[in-house]
Amino acid sequence: MTKAGFVMANLFRKKTRTTLTLMSVTMAFLLFGLLQAVNVLFNAGADFIGATRLITQARVSFTQSLPISQLPKIEAVPGVERVGWMQWFGGVVGENDQIVAMATDPLRLRDTYPEWVLPPDQWKAFANTRTGMIAGKLIAERYHWKVGDKIPMKSNIFPQKNGSKDWAFDLVGIYDGKDENWKRATNNVYINYAYFDEANQFGPGRAGIYILKLTDPKYATKVARTIDAMFENSPDETKTQTEKDFNIGFIKQIGDIGLMVRWILFAVFFTLLLVVGNTMAQSVRERVPELAVLKTLGFSDGTVLGFVLAETFALCSLGGLVGLTVATALGWLVEKGAGGQLPLQVDRHVWLAGAVAIVVLSLAVGLLPALRASRLKIVDALAGR
Amino acid sequence: MIKQIVSIAAINLRNIPQRWASSLVIVIGLAGVVAVFSALLAMSSGFASTLESTGSTDTAIILRGGSQSELNSALLRDEVTLLRLEPGIRKGADGKPLASAELIVITELLRKGDTRNGANVTMRGVEPNGFALRPKLHVTEGRMFKPGLRELIVGRGVTRQFDGVELGKTLRMRGSEWTVVGIFDSGDSNESELWTDAEVAQSTFNRRGFSSLLAGLEKPEADAIRKLQAAAKADPRLNVDVQTQQHYFSDQTKQFRRTIGGLAFVVTLIMALGAIFAALNTMYAAVAARSKEIATLRALGFGGLAVMVSVMIEAVVLSLVGGAIGAALAYVLFNNISVSTLGQNFTQVVFAFKVTPQLVVTGLVIAMAVGFVGGLLPAVRAARMRVTDALRAG
Repeated sequence: MTKAGFVMANLFRKKTRTTLTLMSVTMAFLLFGLLQAVNVLFNAGADFIGATRLITQARVSFTQSLPISQLPKIEAVPGVERVGWMQWFGGVVGENDQIVAMATDPLRLRDTYPEWVLPPDQWKAFANTRTGMIAGKLIAERYHWKVGDKIPMKSNIFPQKNGSKDWAFDLVGIYDGKDENWKRATNNVYINYAYFDEANQFGPGRAGIYILKLTDPKYATKVARTIDAMFENSPDETKTQTEKDFNIGFIKQIGDIGLMVRWILFAVFFTLLLVVGNTMAQSVRERVPELAVLKTLGFSDGTVLGFVLAETFALCSLGGLVGLTVATALGWLVEKGAGGQLPLQVDRHVWLAGAVAIVVLSLAVGLLPALRASRLKIVDALAGR
Repeated sequence: MIKQIVSIAAINLRNIPQRWASSLVIVIGLAGVVAVFSALLAMSSGFASTLESTGSTDTAIILRGGSQSELNSALLRDEVTLLRLEPGIRKGADGKPLASAELIVITELLRKGDTRNGANVTMRGVEPNGFALRPKLHVTEGRMFKPGLRELIVGRGVTRQFDGVELGKTLRMRGSEWTVVGIFDSGDSNESELWTDAEVAQSTFNRRGFSSLLAGLEKPEADAIRKLQAAAKADPRLNVDVQTQQHYFSDQTKQFRRTIGGLAFVVTLIMALGAIFAALNTMYAAVAARSKEIATLRALGFGGLAVMVSVMIEAVVLSLVGGAIGAALAYVLFNNISVSTLGQNFTQVVFAFKVTPQLVVTGLVIAMAVGFVGGLLPAVRAARMRVTDALRAG
């Protein structure tokens, strides 16, 4: 019998116990996978964005619009290649679904967001259609929109000049992302700013926030400081930061939920540690005479230690793999079910964290019993002392 | 029968200390489940109770039609003037309609310990009636702001969560400077706001209108709100949504409750399953270790059912102990911890975790259920054990 075979045979000698322990480990890793994915959602969601763009918002709050009159001054700052802007439209479609709809200048959007993939003729159509709108692939799929459709949309902020909040736009293009991460972010809708600006009742000239594409990311700090200094003490003071920081700030607004998730993870893991650890300890306790026999037969202390550790490791990794696999499947289902609204990705980061957890867990619960097994005195153990 | 059960269960429970290591698995497993469950739902019930106590039934909130929250709403001066005269609004002490036109402006403050990302906080400009409509609100430190001056009073929740809002501090907003002159307590979501005089806010921030109109309702309130809604609808000059404050806030609560409730359900379910497996493990081991003892009892004439019930009792008692420890942990660690999250106006709502008695009871019921299920199969095995085999074995 090989050593590996011996370990497996030992493991499945008490089928009920092993199966049950395996199930609790599986459950724990299922939870671990899902919660870790939620954690990633809260913390590193903005990782792929990088620092090539700056966002200039009103210093008091990004919900406060900046005036369009600031545009030429911002454009004149050295290091700024192209400036776009976005005004939050407060779009509501279908049965009262709030969506992310931004009024923006089409060609500037194209220049500042090369990550969006849209055929050139559709960009052109967006720029040339007054009531034009483009939608991300995911949101278009969710509402079954096709290019050429007239999309009715309410705004919960802006009425038209006639007082009506029912707007309608012509869908002239559906954009996709340049890679996986950006593809997953195609949940937004852009409408033509020129039309919005003249048709809304509150009057023209509000840009919202500015998006600055830099000639080189290394100018980010300098450009940000220059712009904020330029508007200091004016009625429209600004705060300029990288797009990544802006997004992190946005997510942080949701508050202490990330912290809660970490607490839960900790509680789950601690519980798991004790449950598995206890079972392992018990199984070693019961086998003390057998281990003594092994040693009598000439197996070294190190080999016996290895046997016990290998057993824990097998248990933890099997449970861990199954748990993480189920978590991945569930995450995928949730993502599909929510139409990309909740990108619960049990991706390689989560798997990596899971792998680390498996190793840590195996060592934590296996080491004590294993050491005890390796230190057994044959005489005492055989005598049942 | 009962006597048999009691005596066996007593033996079992009394010798738990001798095999505490394996029994501990159930206790710790259930402590984990109940602690996580209570903590999550304490968050949701804390948020709900904060908003619910803000929303009273005898006050109406009037927003621009279709705007859903104060942030998106805007009412012009003329509209406000018209609205004040609508039927259904009760009179204040001065004989005039008891209504407060309010303006909200969002500002960013730094959370304690954060130096980079600001979080949105509501600054609310109110009319004097705003205080009459919120009788729970009292300035407990410093003094009230003076009309016409750029002075602020700050909610207790804001002072707990954010930096730079202590008495006497100056806040800069859009080129203007504001002095914090007082701190108020209200026990509801207003505590998450900065308050000032509506007119000062209007002139400083160059706003001509308001965000909302808060109006006290005549009695009976149900009739008054209907009258007010009908009158506002009939007036072609107005395009507004009229609802009770309670209705306005309950919508927000529902969404949060659904999210956290869903999370709690999934997490508790998975953890409970894990705990059931652990409990099964422990109880099987306990039954196996005592097989001789059980067989002896059977041989002495104790019934199979009595043995079974006694095993179940042990599992449930261990689970309950675990559950109680978990609930106590959640209480000690989380009760009254102050946190904040985004509310309807895209601003922070500060609230505290509330580990309510009801939550604790639910947690214990879950623990009991887990213990019951975890004990059932091992108990059946114990009852079915063949006396002769068990006596001969080992």
